[in-house]
Amino acid sequence: MAITTFVQAINQALTEEMERDPLTFVMGEDVVLSVFGATKGLYEKFGPTRVRNTPIAEAGFVGAAVGAAMAGTRPICEVEFASFFYCAFDQVCNQAAKLRYMSGGQAKMAITFRTVYGAMGGAAAQHSETVYGQFLSVPGLKIVVPSGPADMKGLLKSAIRDDNPVIVFEHGGLGRAREEIPAGEYLVPLGKAAVKRPGEDVTVVAIGAMVPKALKVAEKLAADKISVEVVDPRTLIPLDEETILSSVAKTNRAVVVDEGHLRGGAAADIAALIGEKGFDFLDGPVTRVASLDVPIPFSPPLEKATVADEARIEAAIRGLVGR
Amino acid sequence: MEDLNKELLLDLYHTMVRIRMFEERVRDLALKNEIPGFVHVSIGEEASATGVCAALRHTDFITSTHRGHGHLIAKGGKLDRMMAELYGKRTGYCKGKGGSMHIVDFALGILGANGIVGAGLPIATGSALAAVVAGRDAVTACFFGDGASNEGTFHESLNLAAVWKLPVIFVCENNGFGEFTPAQTVTSVRDIATRAQAYGIPGLVVNGNDVIEVYRYASEAAARARAGGGPTLLECKTYRWEGHVVGEQAFLGAAAYREQAEIEEWKKRCPLIRFQQYAIASGRISAAELKKIEDETLAELDAAVAFARESPLPDPAEVTEDLYA
Repeated sequence: MAITTFVQAINQALTEEMERDPLTFVMGEDVVLSVFGATKGLYEKFGPTRVRNTPIAEAGFVGAAVGAAMAGTRPICEVEFASFFYCAFDQVCNQAAKLRYMSGGQAKMAITFRTVYGAMGGAAAQHSETVYGQFLSVPGLKIVVPSGPADMKGLLKSAIRDDNPVIVFEHGGLGRAREEIPAGEYLVPLGKAAVKRPGEDVTVVAIGAMVPKALKVAEKLAADKISVEVVDPRTLIPLDEETILSSVAKTNRAVVVDEGHLRGGAAADIAALIGEKGFDFLDGPVTRVASLDVPIPFSPPLEKATVADEARIEAAIRGLVGR
Repeated sequence: MEDLNKELLLDLYHTMVRIRMFEERVRDLALKNEIPGFVHVSIGEEASATGVCAALRHTDFITSTHRGHGHLIAKGGKLDRMMAELYGKRTGYCKGKGGSMHIVDFALGILGANGIVGAGLPIATGSALAAVVAGRDAVTACFFGDGASNEGTFHESLNLAAVWKLPVIFVCENNGFGEFTPAQTVTSVRDIATRAQAYGIPGLVVNGNDVIEVYRYASEAAARARAGGGPTLLECKTYRWEGHVVGEQAFLGAAAYREQAEIEEWKKRCPLIRFQQYAIASGRISAAELKKIEDETLAELDAAVAFARESPLPDPAEVTEDLYA
């Protein structure tokens, strides 16, 4: 097994899937040069027909990805930063998400959107937001949030093979995260959560870049004899309710950690699930740790004060277990 | 007209009659509340849909608009399944999940009507891109209105299609109104076709009520697209005889935003009458042949309405089907 970074994992998944299926192609802003390295080398390998720089025109090129999928190809469309999706909300929410259903199942919408989200140090509110919460109430989409290189590769490959519109959210701060990835074909199914660390006293459901933070906290608290189970949903749609609820049934306590905002986001959604279907398991309130409900500020101390971090995760866990 | 074969000429007329009769019937049924929801009809605009689709192959694609019945009929849509969809029946094209603004038939290359103005332009651009990626020689015709030409997606799509030389025909049906607003009061240019210059592609004004002229321009545009020559913008000048939405008089009253005299003036330029005059004057087609087409279409339409009325409604259990593949 080779040590691979998050960005290399994306590159491997794209290369393998483009080799596998000639109807796949990559389009987006600066994908030929590849600013973050995820699409590096694809142009040289697959040529100009299948690797296309788009103009900075999100409504136009995201809409073109929708049309290309409807006409039978499998676009992999990069939206450079997740907040740029706001420029293409119609194309994602009214078109990609709905047209299969509205056509009585005729449309095959095999699109994979890749985008960078999250606070990564001074990028300010329009390049730092965690926007998947906005897509959770759009039926027809699938939402994938990998937390490390191995899941990144396996989930992206599954997303590309899926016949539905899938948005893969890649945290900008995880780019150099390193992990061993099993050699050969490596697929992670959409809709299957992972227990990243088993524990007994409290369940922490953590999403995306919050997973490594939750694992650090769990390691620290183990010294204090607090046993933390960390569950990574990996995909928010579909959501593996069973794994989350089974964990809570065992630990009787739940903290949900997300980088999105507190109101109306993924943490709220998962907390509601646990409260509704896991009420009988609970010894205390479901606790959310999420970003403050302000735009992500620019100045480093302000950004740090806004985004969920290890200290707040630890405080939430200690608050629940009472020590 | 002399160079066009008679079979094609009869087909053109047949298609226009199918659209006209379908739309008139739909209007009447919607006014009686037999058809639910918002219904937009294209009476008076039959020639652009017909002429463009006659220039396409079965394997080519179209995208359409909220006023899309005519486009779908011209691309081969079946009246019975369309009517059933308008009635919200399970036998409709979309099993009752789409309705008037959202009919789709992938088998005919109809990528769908669309309820969002301007949404079809990037989709058509992408459909044309798919042909390039997959190595097929399919062309996509994109119908949209004067209103959509002021949407950002119009400009983004023309630029993208021009940069990538995509096989797409952008067909602007300028019917004079965006909803209830006269187009010239909210559009920066008199001829929307001139906007093609900004993107370095051909832009042509076409008499949108002359089906033969539309057919000729669309055929040239399709040939250019298929040969790798890139996109064309055709502006078909036409007129919307009916309101924006069927039943609008109930809340707007009569003559709220235009004069009846203007409507009457355009009715004199009816695309069907114009064709009848050509055809009979040419001596190649008789009045009896035209009448036969009308009679056959009426029978087809009656059967379509009967099919829609008799078809079952969807079962509520079907509500969660068709969301994901």
